[in-house]
Amino acid sequence: MSRPDYLLFDRTTRALIYGLQTKAVQRMLDFDYCCRRDTPSVGAMIDPGKNGSEKMFWGKKEIFIPVYADIKSALMANPDIDVFINFASFRSAYDTTIEAMAFDQMRTLVVIAEGIPERQARHMRALSQQRGKVIIGPATVGGITAGAFKVANTGGTIESIIESKLHRPGSVGFVSKSGGMSNEAYNIVALNTDGLYEGVAIGGDAYAGSTLLEHLLRFEANPAIKMLVCLGEVGGEEEWSIVEAVKSKKITKPLVMWVTGTSIKYMPKGIQFGHAGAKADAKRETAEAKNAALKEVGVVVPQSFDDYDKAIRETYQKLVKKGVIKPAADVEPPVIPMDYAEAVARNLVRKPTNFTCTISDDSKDELLYAGHKISKIIGEGYTVGETIGLLWFKERLPRWAADFMEMVLKLCADHGPAVSGAHNTIVTARAGRDLMSSVAAGLLTIGPRFGGAVAGAALMFKAAVDEGQTPQQFISVMKKKNVKIQGIGHRIKSLKNPDMRVVLLKDYAGKHFPKTRLLDFALEVEQLTTSKKDTLILNVDGAIGVLSVDMMHGLGWDEERIQSVVDSGGLNGMFLLGRTIGMIGHYMDQNRQKASLYRHPWDDILYDLPVAD
Amino acid sequence: MAQRGIREYHGKRMLARHLDSFIKQGVGYEGHIVLVDENTDWKKLEKENPWLKKEKLVAKPDQLFGKRGKHGLVLVNKNLAETRKWIEERLGKKQVVNGIEGTLTHFIIEPCVAHEAEYYAAIKSAAECDYIYFSLEGGINVEENWDKVVTIKVPVLGGIEEVAAEVDKAMPAELGKNRELVANFLRGLYRYFAAMHFAYLEINPFAIAGKKIVPLDMVAKLDDTAEFLCTEMWGSDIEFPAAFGQNLSPEESKIRELDALSGASLKLTLLNPDGIVWNMVAGGGASVIYADTVCDLGYSKELAMYGEYSGNPSTSLTYEYAKVVLDLMTRKADKKKRPKTLILGGGIANFTDVAKTFTGIIKALNEYGDKLKKVNARIFVRRGGPNYQEGLANLKAAAEKLGVPIEVHGPEYHMTRVVADALKF
Repeated sequence: MSRPDYLLFDRTTRALIYGLQTKAVQRMLDFDYCCRRDTPSVGAMIDPGKNGSEKMFWGKKEIFIPVYADIKSALMANPDIDVFINFASFRSAYDTTIEAMAFDQMRTLVVIAEGIPERQARHMRALSQQRGKVIIGPATVGGITAGAFKVANTGGTIESIIESKLHRPGSVGFVSKSGGMSNEAYNIVALNTDGLYEGVAIGGDAYAGSTLLEHLLRFEANPAIKMLVCLGEVGGEEEWSIVEAVKSKKITKPLVMWVTGTSIKYMPKGIQFGHAGAKADAKRETAEAKNAALKEVGVVVPQSFDDYDKAIRETYQKLVKKGVIKPAADVEPPVIPMDYAEAVARNLVRKPTNFTCTISDDSKDELLYAGHKISKIIGEGYTVGETIGLLWFKERLPRWAADFMEMVLKLCADHGPAVSGAHNTIVTARAGRDLMSSVAAGLLTIGPRFGGAVAGAALMFKAAVDEGQTPQQFISVMKKKNVKIQGIGHRIKSLKNPDMRVVLLKDYAGKHFPKTRLLDFALEVEQLTTSKKDTLILNVDGAIGVLSVDMMHGLGWDEERIQSVVDSGGLNGMFLLGRTIGMIGHYMDQNRQKASLYRHPWDDILYDLPVAD
Repeated sequence: MAQRGIREYHGKRMLARHLDSFIKQGVGYEGHIVLVDENTDWKKLEKENPWLKKEKLVAKPDQLFGKRGKHGLVLVNKNLAETRKWIEERLGKKQVVNGIEGTLTHFIIEPCVAHEAEYYAAIKSAAECDYIYFSLEGGINVEENWDKVVTIKVPVLGGIEEVAAEVDKAMPAELGKNRELVANFLRGLYRYFAAMHFAYLEINPFAIAGKKIVPLDMVAKLDDTAEFLCTEMWGSDIEFPAAFGQNLSPEESKIRELDALSGASLKLTLLNPDGIVWNMVAGGGASVIYADTVCDLGYSKELAMYGEYSGNPSTSLTYEYAKVVLDLMTRKADKKKRPKTLILGGGIANFTDVAKTFTGIIKALNEYGDKLKKVNARIFVRRGGPNYQEGLANLKAAAEKLGVPIEVHGPEYHMTRVVADALKF
């Protein structure tokens, strides 16, 4: 694909982007689409060490841009790429640029990074000259050929690009050091002429990879460009070479130019302006000296930047009058759909949500539990019980209730290795599975027979009390239905040999709960059941269940709210959460011991198979 | 982020540490030099540098200014006690040097080296090549005798090895038996210059003592962008002092710190704290043009600061920057009762989110609302780029709520026209 030397980019130019710069790439593709290019201007991206592809938009459609792990494989696979846009940081931009420059297919290399060591920047330029390549940058936003190709973020948003008529070619060639000012200048050019043909920002560092003059000479050679506009800067000698070029007729097209930094004489000596190169060490490097010299050789130099637009407009109009320029027609660009994220940011769209959350919020500056900031929760020393209250019941519980919850957690934390939960955890841990699998294996045993009777007990006892049953009626009804009363009965404990955990719970409730209606009822039931069998006591699940309901009554919640908690089975959560502590402990315990795989002994199993023929 | 001067002390210490590794036969400079400031512990200094008591000494200020002899600021051939007394008499004193007043804060002491000839050597970096300069006529008169200076161009790609023979050839016959010594020294000095990322290095003069080369006076600038490559070689004590007489204000120092800590660019130079025109401009290129325009319109004396913020600074960074500017601007009202004028200027951003940066500015404005009204402040805004409409609208609403007069313009308004509007008092 041969292009004349004066042309860096056209409508078929394809670039390799160093760095996974999806935002900049999307902006390039949007520009392409606006210009009605046939193919995307981005051929590939480099994500060091990773191969793959990246999904991007082409108008409304989605396309894949290939991603390569290294420059060589990207270029081998894409022989039509001749532009390298280097987003590597100042630390590695030099090495990657040199690497890319070694490939013959490369013509133009754009270096975005600011702060590349001067010695490296100079070396890059010298090498590029030796190899016949053009470097734009470092410390630049890049450049643009209107209606054909744009480098990375040049020209800003698509709105601003269309506003500045960059989606179709005009007659003006522009070059500056400053990237920000280049965009400003494209706007000025659009407002005062038929638009830009090509624009370049060479970068604000002291040693740029290509010079203002080199680009002006390209514009001079390009027959489509009729008028040159340049923005120079205090510091350095560059603008003097333009003076020479105009004087020696190497530049003959009308040139409008202004050198900024006239105010440096009012500044303290040695001031560093925004650009590293903008620093006048000698009189020749001042803006005044350069502006005067340019004016003297016939360049159109305004009085100040304030008249820059006027100077451009007048020069353009003269060229139109002379017939040199036939004003380019305006072109309506295709509409680019707005990105959803942007539409949201601008409040232009809405959609129904699929989820609702009423307990916690991580989308704000600070994490919230039921409206309480995490900094407040920690700062004011909320207890674990209070924190659970926030997430389970959406309110900060009073201390007596929060402490009851904590007490339950402690009581349920473990019950030795023999119970089904701990046993399963241990067996799974010994099978070499991880923490999550081992604890999950234990948790899966929790149900009506093990640990999960809390909710069931609450449900049954609450229903009985709500219906106004006497303890005896309750027992009879359950018996008639042939339903086991949940929360009643223990394998070994009895009234004479009470479960200490239940004793502690009853004790606490007696001292701190406003009322213990359900517990009182359950204890009456216990009186009747234990008269039949010694071990039919109110067990720990039952005690927790009925006291949880008493707690909710004590908090003054309405019936409906209490019933919904009970119905949801959420009260089993107290056992589940508490026992998880023990299960994690058992997992760690087995790991510490490096316990080997458990295999149940044959002699502990009765094998009683049907006899086959 | 550019070429920055370093102290002679650090230049010479670096030279002593590294130069000989770049030369086949070393030139044996020992780097006997100490830096003295108000915190110096003289006893410790004496203990760590036994030569201080053994030798006759030279002392001079080390604050990035030259022509010290001319200003009577060089002490020669004295013992330690005399040198200490001389320095202590001057430390912390005001001094006018080359028309600029500053405070003497740093001195160096070195052994006094008896010598006959004084030579000049310098290396300068330029766009297309480096220049090595050498002259037999070193000392303060080198500029007057520039025609006697030998110049060797060192190409960027080939480096010193490509012109090694030229260095030999360029050595004047007058050097006699020292021709090879000096040629070797210059080649080594160049390799050192390049490897250490100097932008400028001048040794004027240096003396030859036997097989040794002793730098008597040195000026050096490093390319500070190479810091990531040279941290170890430059040494952990390297510093880039402000020019003599330019002591950074606390506000300027703060902005420098913020600048150094972030990928974005923040700059602030206070020009006239009593000025009534405050330019807070986005962009390295645009900021210069806004300053130019204020001066072009005859308000150079009223321009309070030069500054810029760019490179997509975060909201909080813009907030910090705006706070510093607003704080400086609202400290006192204008004596002539003219309104303090804040110009929030900028071109059309390529990728900086204007609404986001303005959010930081708005936050600062809200904090300084009352103070702004006390100095009768007015705000003029011109900006374009991503989300500029939203940014401008928010800014306008915020200022109006505070009761601070404001005018906002987008890219349809010529960039600097807002300056003329702002300067109608």
